[in-house]
Amino acid sequence: MSQHATETPSPASISALTTRALEELTALPDAESAEQWRVNYLGRRGHITGLLRSIPQLEPERRREVGTQANLAKNTLEEALARRVRELAEAELAARDALDVTLPGRPVIAGRLHPTTQIVREICDAFIAMGFSVIEGPEVELDHYNFEMLNIPAGHPARDMWNSLWVDYANEEGQQPMLLRTHTSPMQARVMEAQEPPVRVVVPGKCYRYEATDATHEWHFYQIEGLAVAEGITFANLKGTLYEFARRVFGPDRQIRFRCDYFPFVEPGVDMSISNFVDPSTGKRPINRDEDWIEIMGAGMVHPRVLEGVGYDPQRCTGFAFGMGPERIGMLKYGIDDIRHFYRNDVRFLRQF
Amino acid sequence: MLIPFSWLSQYVDITLTPDELAHRLTMGGIEVGDVITRGGWEGCVVGYVRATRPHPNADTLTLCEVDPGDGPPVEVVCGAPNVAAGQNICFARPGVALLNMHTGRREELKPARIRGIVSEGMICSEAELEISDEHEGIIVLPDDAVAGTPLDDVLGDTFLELELTPNRGDCLSMLGVAREIGAITGQPVLVPDISYPESATPVAELARVTIADPDLCHRYTASVITGITIGDSPLWLQDRLIRAGLRPINNVVDVTNYVMLEFNQPLHAFDLDTVADHHVVVRRAAAGEKFTTLDEVERKLSTDNLLIADPAKAIGIGGVMGGANSEITPATRNMLLESATFHNLNNRRTSTDLDLRTEASQRFEKGLRPELAPIALRRATQMILETAGGEAAAGIIDVFPDGDQPVLPVPLTVERLRQLLGMDLDISRAETVLASLGITTRRTGPDSLEADPPYWRSDIAIEEDLIEEVIRIIGYDEVPTTMLSSPIPYHQGDAMMALKDNLRDALSAAGMQETISYPLVSPDDLSRLHRVDDGHESLLRVANPMSAEQDVLRPTLAASILNTLAYNRGHNDGGFRLFELGRAFIPQDTGLPQERELAAGVMCGPRYDANWLSDSDALDFYDLSGALDTAFTRMGITVAYQASDSSLFHPGRCAEITVPGGEPASIGTVGELHPDVCDAFDTGPDPVIYFEVRLHDLLAATRDDGSAENRFQSLSRFPAANRDLALVVPDSVPANQVQHLIERVRLVERAELFDVYAGENLPDGARSLAFRIRFRAPDRTLTNDDVNRAINGLTRVLDREVGATIRE
Repeated sequence: MSQHATETPSPASISALTTRALEELTALPDAESAEQWRVNYLGRRGHITGLLRSIPQLEPERRREVGTQANLAKNTLEEALARRVRELAEAELAARDALDVTLPGRPVIAGRLHPTTQIVREICDAFIAMGFSVIEGPEVELDHYNFEMLNIPAGHPARDMWNSLWVDYANEEGQQPMLLRTHTSPMQARVMEAQEPPVRVVVPGKCYRYEATDATHEWHFYQIEGLAVAEGITFANLKGTLYEFARRVFGPDRQIRFRCDYFPFVEPGVDMSISNFVDPSTGKRPINRDEDWIEIMGAGMVHPRVLEGVGYDPQRCTGFAFGMGPERIGMLKYGIDDIRHFYRNDVRFLRQF
Repeated sequence: MLIPFSWLSQYVDITLTPDELAHRLTMGGIEVGDVITRGGWEGCVVGYVRATRPHPNADTLTLCEVDPGDGPPVEVVCGAPNVAAGQNICFARPGVALLNMHTGRREELKPARIRGIVSEGMICSEAELEISDEHEGIIVLPDDAVAGTPLDDVLGDTFLELELTPNRGDCLSMLGVAREIGAITGQPVLVPDISYPESATPVAELARVTIADPDLCHRYTASVITGITIGDSPLWLQDRLIRAGLRPINNVVDVTNYVMLEFNQPLHAFDLDTVADHHVVVRRAAAGEKFTTLDEVERKLSTDNLLIADPAKAIGIGGVMGGANSEITPATRNMLLESATFHNLNNRRTSTDLDLRTEASQRFEKGLRPELAPIALRRATQMILETAGGEAAAGIIDVFPDGDQPVLPVPLTVERLRQLLGMDLDISRAETVLASLGITTRRTGPDSLEADPPYWRSDIAIEEDLIEEVIRIIGYDEVPTTMLSSPIPYHQGDAMMALKDNLRDALSAAGMQETISYPLVSPDDLSRLHRVDDGHESLLRVANPMSAEQDVLRPTLAASILNTLAYNRGHNDGGFRLFELGRAFIPQDTGLPQERELAAGVMCGPRYDANWLSDSDALDFYDLSGALDTAFTRMGITVAYQASDSSLFHPGRCAEITVPGGEPASIGTVGELHPDVCDAFDTGPDPVIYFEVRLHDLLAATRDDGSAENRFQSLSRFPAANRDLALVVPDSVPANQVQHLIERVRLVERAELFDVYAGENLPDGARSLAFRIRFRAPDRTLTNDDVNRAINGLTRVLDREVGATIRE
């Protein structure tokens, strides 16, 4: 301490002192030694304090210069100390509490919806956006609704298009009038019987056919039926509605195409395809099938006999109907190669969606 | 239906490539499933067998001197039994690539020494040319084939394989397809001439026909040909039948088949001399009447079946199959040819009932028009005269009871076209399209016409049918694309559908994976669920199940989801948290079954995959009840559990799920399945926790207490005070009863059970339940005194109601 009193402070000595102090500070290992350092330089008897105290003894003309220099050094060291103390504290936390952030996190179990549920929702949402309502109907149906009301009388050769699973129940006349519905189309008649036009509904639900299963056929599957009936509804509206659906579900560049097909409850009847051309920029098709056009649903203008059957006037009201298989839509969207995956419920499959 | 171009092109010029044609036909509604090309036999030519002699070293081989047309004759060894001098055959020279029957690959043919004699080529069977598997005999070509002609020109062909919809039976014929092509390409269609020379004898002198049941037979036409000679058909005719997939039989039968494939009208030939009194009677069968069809099967008939008979006996089943007793035999000299129109639905019913689907019945069942019958009859008569000789009687028999009723024309207006399609089409454009389809039209006004449905189309009956004809040929691309502009109907959302959607979302958010399974189960599955036979409710069965596994409409989801669990346990590591929403089917006394909406789920296996932070204990009851709590809370529904009992569950580990209210309503059950049930479904060693919720009950219960409806509750600005309280409670008191008692006390906001303890320092038959209780007032900060008074009140209530005391 004695040297403080004897040595005359100068800008050079202050600068040297500051440099030495900062060097020491950087080398300090922990908070304890930092306190020691503070006492040594900034404490009541520290170097800097001593320096400031010695200023009044200087010649008046040097006091100002040395005073400024000494105050500057004090501020520099105080700031450096604060910084160093923070650094040391952080380092200490890190040394004590660091995690292996690559360890697996604590498991939280999340479930998923069945892919059919997801696709059905996506499809229905596309039609809801166009003013359609979603309704459901019975899975066990009467022959009356499944066939008769759809212009498919008993014995009609078109019945071969729907191999049926009949319910083992005979009515008083000895007929077997109930079956597992072969399509969602019976809801066309049911909904029109229950309300006056305008009608605009989609009907998702399970359907059943007496059919051997393979990669593209299931005996148990979903269908989504659509029906719009009102004055002034045209085939052009059917095209517009299904075009919008195709864009929403398959993307904006989708084109659609119709070809003539036959379903007894529509006339004219068509089949709709969506485009699947090779994208020149990628050299690939948007859907992984080697076809330019892929058929995805049957449709048509509601047959006048169906309208008459529910008491609508076919000269005044017209309408369109369509029906599609959501599993097929999902298979195209996600590249699923076998429809039997859907209802085997292997969680390795279900977890992919 | 297989359509060979070689035959088809007799009626219409094919101006498109096969692929283009197939595409255009498909777009117009005649779906072409496949285009098959036959040929590509480069180097194979027509050869002529000049002479044959036996192979000196082998009995079964023949040495043939074959003229290849473009060079000196060569010697060929042939093993086929049907080779003979004077035949035109398919000749393959050495160097030609042919199917090697032994290796199954196309290989180059090399000169081969067979039993000491070099064969300089091969006479081919269908197998070597890959036409069919037939390799016993060689192909014998028509006599008019010229030696040296490339084989592709003689045998090569292109086939359209049609996948027809039931309304377009007309395209089961060459002319039907030709007319479609004519409409598409604008090429004229050539309909064969149907005239033939008639003898002086009027047909009425040789035979007569009576229709006894005109409701089932609209028209019956017949011709009589005498002095015919039965034999093989000319090779060209046989060749055409074979290409179309039919087997040649004899000249008369082949002609009937040929004309059927040409005009779509099935015909049948009877040996006239077997018909008693030469009198054909068309009548219903007597009940139980027996009849032996051509295939030599005796069939038992009913009064719904239509017979062709003579006064003494039946000779055919109308429109299905003829009888063995009247068929054309090599000895037949005189014949009656039938071309009739039968009732389509009755015909279909007969062929279905007898399980006898024939070429004839599949045409009749789709409906043929009566105008077609005499046309096809004359065509077939003409061809039989050409191929079997004889004389045709003058005129034809034509019994047509409703013949005087005119066929109604079908109208078409521009207005209706616009109303249905949403586009403007000139009436003249419609006229042109209809004319190209061979449909005759007449103008009935400036913007309207009427059309006569042509005799080959039975599917055109109403205006909409004509509109489809017009637009399918023009193409749907021409119809504009516009959005719906009619008013959007009001729709009251369906509460059950909303509930199902919410529950799906809530259960998956609570960690469960949705599954969807078949609603048909086996009776075995159901008996596995019922350890004790408790005389379960009556079941709904399928009358024609595809298998015993899919026989019963499920009355519960349990069997389905347990099978799903068992399947997955065999393929994946656990743990499984699965749920399904689906319907159970409860039979009613009359009418459709009740379709009961259910939700069910299982948990089984380790709680977590092996990991370093959480336990991997087996999932238990509280995992599932906790997930259900989470799910229902998310839906704004409060549920409670009450101990219950069911044979499906482990004794003492089953609860009724209730929705509290004035009258707590049961909505389902949850519990650990009985070990016997787990064994029966082979679900493995871990416990299986199962729940089933009846959604109709859930919907009713939540509607009653309004809890499904979210109501905002204001948030208190004042702080809460927490107190932990350990209570000694008799074992018989359920924990949630204690909790409800606490939560009913004034100022108590909430009670959370955080510890359950039984054992040392507690009396027998009692356990300790520790609750963290939160007190709060809506309007002030609570003081210690407030809270202490509340706790005093609370302990009094607990003591009085359930005998609980504060644990010291």
